[in-house]
Amino acid sequence: MIQESQESPQLDAHGNLKHFLTIEGLSRELLIEILEKAEGFVSVAQQAVKKVPLCRGKVIANLFFENSTRTRTTFELAAKRLSADVLNLNISTSATAKGETLLDTLRNLEAMHVDMFVVRHASSGTTHFMARHAHPHSSIVNAGDGGHSHPTQAMLDMFTIRRHKGDFSRLSVAIVGDIMHSRVARSQMLALKTLGVPDVRVIAPRTLLPTHVEEAFGVSAHHDLREGIRDADVVIMLRIQRERMNSALLPSEHEYFHLFGLTEKRLATAKPDVTVMHPGPINRGVEMDSQVADGERSVILEQVSNGIAVRMAVMSMCIGTQNSRAQAAGEDHV
Amino acid sequence: MTAPQISILNGRLIDPATGHDGVADLHVAEGKVIAMGPPPAGFEPELTLDATDLVVCPGLVDLSVRCREPGEEQKATIASETRAAAASGVTTLCCPPDTQPVIDTPAVAQLVRQIGERHGLAHTLPIGAITQGLKGLTITEMAALKEAGCPALGQADRPIRDTQVNRRALEYAATFGLPVFLPALDPELSEGGCAHEGVISTRLGLPGIPEAAETVAVARNLALAEQTGAHIHFRGLSTARGVAMLAEARRRGVRASGDVSMHQLFFTEEDLKGFDANYHLIPPLRTQADREALRAAVAAGDLDVICSDHQPHDPDAKLAPFPETAPGISALETLLPLALRLVAEGVLDLSGVVARLTLGPARILNLDVGRLSANHPADICVFDPAAEWTLDEHSLISQGHNTPLLGSRLKGRVRWTLLGGAVVFARQ
Repeated sequence: MIQESQESPQLDAHGNLKHFLTIEGLSRELLIEILEKAEGFVSVAQQAVKKVPLCRGKVIANLFFENSTRTRTTFELAAKRLSADVLNLNISTSATAKGETLLDTLRNLEAMHVDMFVVRHASSGTTHFMARHAHPHSSIVNAGDGGHSHPTQAMLDMFTIRRHKGDFSRLSVAIVGDIMHSRVARSQMLALKTLGVPDVRVIAPRTLLPTHVEEAFGVSAHHDLREGIRDADVVIMLRIQRERMNSALLPSEHEYFHLFGLTEKRLATAKPDVTVMHPGPINRGVEMDSQVADGERSVILEQVSNGIAVRMAVMSMCIGTQNSRAQAAGEDHV
Repeated sequence: MTAPQISILNGRLIDPATGHDGVADLHVAEGKVIAMGPPPAGFEPELTLDATDLVVCPGLVDLSVRCREPGEEQKATIASETRAAAASGVTTLCCPPDTQPVIDTPAVAQLVRQIGERHGLAHTLPIGAITQGLKGLTITEMAALKEAGCPALGQADRPIRDTQVNRRALEYAATFGLPVFLPALDPELSEGGCAHEGVISTRLGLPGIPEAAETVAVARNLALAEQTGAHIHFRGLSTARGVAMLAEARRRGVRASGDVSMHQLFFTEEDLKGFDANYHLIPPLRTQADREALRAAVAAGDLDVICSDHQPHDPDAKLAPFPETAPGISALETLLPLALRLVAEGVLDLSGVVARLTLGPARILNLDVGRLSANHPADICVFDPAAEWTLDEHSLISQGHNTPLLGSRLKGRVRWTLLGGAVVFARQ
């Protein structure tokens, strides 16, 4: 029984971003709006006072049920540059360790008038679940849920691609690595297709490609790195988790690097001006060698800086939607 | 409770065992059906039920109803679920052994039976475990379980990992002529999964359960059934290939049967798109093509049983991210309405669908239920096929409110349920 006109889990009745859970269901226009808004925030980092007052008086809680340094830090910086107050909750050592449910954690923080929750969790669908049960005055931003979605990472990658390549409609983009377990890859594939990239390829051994990936995302699957990145404008390398090695998924780091590791030599089949990306942290000598990682075609560190601007854009849009809702409802808001 | 003499008048009588389908009166005394058509000479009913425009059929027989008792009474009890069963026309229900403690000793089997008898709303039959604690290591005292009233044995939804133990358990069960209910799920291939491995699980990033998790388990158990001569019954098939393999083996004369859970005939993987935990099922909802094949197998009789696969849960069990929720639907009260929807959608005729809910499962259990003929027990369901109603928090009788159909308009509702000749449910 397929429901056609399902209510969007992340947009309000006017089509504005209320939560940011997934790229799925978002229009091209909305993605462009996020990118444009992020462009406006890039300069904030260069100001003497690195702050804008868009979220002043708002409380944003970082709820990370999985470890993260980079993502959590850039979300925190983004929130602070928007003048919000930030709470960092290290969940693994607090509430859930004492048996508190996810919903109890959410309710308790809502009782403290937290306006936005930035959530990372090991289970797919966590932020959909939280958004369904959240108060109307709070927003959920997905910082990675299981193998499902990591939409701010995908948008910062789109932002980086746009800065280097401009037009999406002529690009060939190759994503290499553990597509199966990657929420980043899923969000990237959706974002690239929504933004009109005609040629999206995924490259991995069969054990790391989910079934039906071509049909599910409208991409093409390849098992040979050199062929897969031929004439690509952008090559995105994904992190391989160490625990995938020496298992039934991959025999060894040695064989993986031998077949799928990116080197200057292998990169020769791509376009001369190819852009190399990686969401980090890199396993040097596994996904790529240092020459490529630190080379002139690599934009890996730029991705990190862009992450702050993109996260500022998404957070300010969600808070803006909340403010409009409160105004319409005649509620006080600061 | 002594059973009164009852006449059910003018209803459309469907008895799949005799092929009867037509308007007739039915007369009941001393707990049994005594006549169809004109009453026996001198019969004076104490109660007359007017079944004009209603359907009169054998009480439904459900091979899988979790009552959660003993051990998980926060989810449901035998009292609450047999009340829901009576209101749904189900007069015989089988309780899978995955209670706490597991139904692996005569004491627990008797407990389930006795609690059921005490409430007197449905025949509550325990399915005994074939391995102790359902752990798949040591076989149970199957003779004692049979003695204690288990009409069949099984492994609930926990497949045996060790093929040798699997074989021995089937062999030992065959000694006593008991059918064995098996999940069609390979333990390793299904480990950690919560959705059909396919387009939707790939898109949602949910851990998948491949079709091969079912076909590998079906192949293995068919081979063992052939080797041991045991009667195996696959509980809850979900794939087109799994059903085709079973049908092929049956044609070769292998003693194997299978059933399908009603919700597998309606929902598909597409329903998982919003991460609604009410669609979290094991085996998972599969593709549209699988659903069509399951419907075709039910129509052709390759699957001659449909179950509710009733799994009531407390609200907390579903209040978590999708993969962390407990699987299962509270399904007793939608069994008959969905069966009638199969008729409305042309899958099979009314008499055919009634057969799959009565005679089909009764044959698996080898019990004298699921019939309406004279001298058989008067377990009877009388329902209004045209009655429309809304399934909501108020109309639900089961303690479990975990159904994706909450808020739906349904067609078909039970008017009276008779158990052993006594009215155990009557809707005003």
